[in-house]
Amino acid sequence: MTMRRLVLPSLALAAAFGALSLAWTGARAQGLVADLSDHFVAITAGFTGTDVLLFGALDEEGDVAVVVRGPEQDVVVRRKDRIAGVWANADELTFEAVPTFYAIAANRPLDDLAPRPVLERNQIGMRNIRFNAMEPDVTEVETARFIDAFIRIQKRQRLYSDDLGTVTFMTGRLFRSRLVFPSNVPVGVYTVQVFLIRDGEVLSAQTTPLNIDRTGIGAEIFLFAHRHAAAYGALAILSALVAGWLAGQIFKRR
Amino acid sequence: MQIYLPIAEMSVDVLLLLGLGAGVGFLSGMFGVGGGFLMTPLLIFIGVPPPVAVASEANHITASSVSGVLAHWLRKGVDFKMGAYLLVGGMVGSSAGVWLFGVLSELGQIDLAISLLYVIFLGIVGILMAQESVRTILRRRHHPGPAKRIRQPRWVRSLPMKIRFHKSRLYISAFLPIGVGAGVGVLAGLLGVGGGFILVPAMIYLLGMPSSVVIGTSLFQVIFVTANVTFLQSVTNQTVDVMLAFFLLIGGVVGAQYGARVGARLPGEQMRGLLALLVLAVAVKLLLDLVITPDDLYSLQVLDRVE
Repeated sequence: MTMRRLVLPSLALAAAFGALSLAWTGARAQGLVADLSDHFVAITAGFTGTDVLLFGALDEEGDVAVVVRGPEQDVVVRRKDRIAGVWANADELTFEAVPTFYAIAANRPLDDLAPRPVLERNQIGMRNIRFNAMEPDVTEVETARFIDAFIRIQKRQRLYSDDLGTVTFMTGRLFRSRLVFPSNVPVGVYTVQVFLIRDGEVLSAQTTPLNIDRTGIGAEIFLFAHRHAAAYGALAILSALVAGWLAGQIFKRR
Repeated sequence: MQIYLPIAEMSVDVLLLLGLGAGVGFLSGMFGVGGGFLMTPLLIFIGVPPPVAVASEANHITASSVSGVLAHWLRKGVDFKMGAYLLVGGMVGSSAGVWLFGVLSELGQIDLAISLLYVIFLGIVGILMAQESVRTILRRRHHPGPAKRIRQPRWVRSLPMKIRFHKSRLYISAFLPIGVGAGVGVLAGLLGVGGGFILVPAMIYLLGMPSSVVIGTSLFQVIFVTANVTFLQSVTNQTVDVMLAFFLLIGGVVGAQYGARVGARLPGEQMRGLLALLVLAVAVKLLLDLVITPDDLYSLQVLDRVE
């Protein structure tokens, strides 16, 4: 199992580097080429999370930061308060279109990479993600607390990660990074941004899409449940009746 | 072995689901209860989102109640007329419960509502059962003999629109079974329980039904009510995970067989005492979760999932 997992990406890597060297003249204009070992992650019935390999080359030496952003969604963050002795949700703040998944990787700590305004402008690092709170009359301090909580919870669920230093250079100019997606990864279209940074400036950036979607029986069940909700409900009841009856029969015989 | 639950959108160990099914199935076989009141909190505890836990557990209860109701039917242990009146209330109540579930989810108060309702109802039922079983055990020890006949409260006997239920040998107001059915239905829609743990005591103490038809009739009502919850949750929230329900059922039928064998060897009042302890334990656990300061005061909910 581990052998296969290692061999396949390595082969893909070798083939891709072959392709890269052929396309070298075209890539030189940008100073950066990168690609993924897969552009589609299939969530099957046995999905336990997966790795996608990102690899690329620079035409001159420099630093590389990789940002993976999941599909954007509105998110409500709620805070509990003690009400009549019981902890209940009291205050809430809704953020508009925040990435449901965010991972950052770079070949050195972010602070050494570029000055803060540069990182902020490019939303490199989860503290630099732009959050738009939908309630206007909340103080900045309060908003910051809710943003901290959001990032903390997402990190706990492994949907946000900042394992820096996971971009590794193999020679001075060939780099790779392993992008880790846990089993609870949201489905949708992801973007993988690769930044080439030199002397604290972003020289070039490349964006590659990555599609994460359910396949197989799980996808069929999900789509059926959403597209034909009434039929799904009726079938769920019917199969429960049949399965329950069958189970009873099997044990009666014994 | 991990399996990805398509509606819950998470991957869990199959053995964990089978184990949960078997464990709760064992207890429900032993005590003759549905076990929803144990399963739903356990599912939430292992990380299943509460809406999915409640809706899928309703689906699971439909399945696990079928063979029971058939067995009771063959033994003529189902009062269909009483069941029909209970159902009228049950359908209305469970529909209201599912609607209320949606409203509370939007307000962000569904977790609190679920926990509070569990604490209240499990607490009341647990204390009543514990009292009754202790009293019975003490009475047996001092004066062996048949238990006293249960008399309904006066206000119950004075309700209008009386109807004769031959099978239960009762002449009571139609509002009683309809009301009881409606109340239990609301709980089924909100809490993902069949409601047997409320329905059975209500049928015995409030309606005064003979114990020979109580279990069969309550299972009859539970099947329809949980089917209604399954359907409405599917249509309004798409939260029924058939994969989850399936694995719980497989574990459950096996566990229930062994539970029933153990249960057959224990005397009735001791069993009710044990069940009371179990019910109270769940209530206390949920109450502690409500009053102890949580590790993280914040929680988040993703809105309008774009598909």
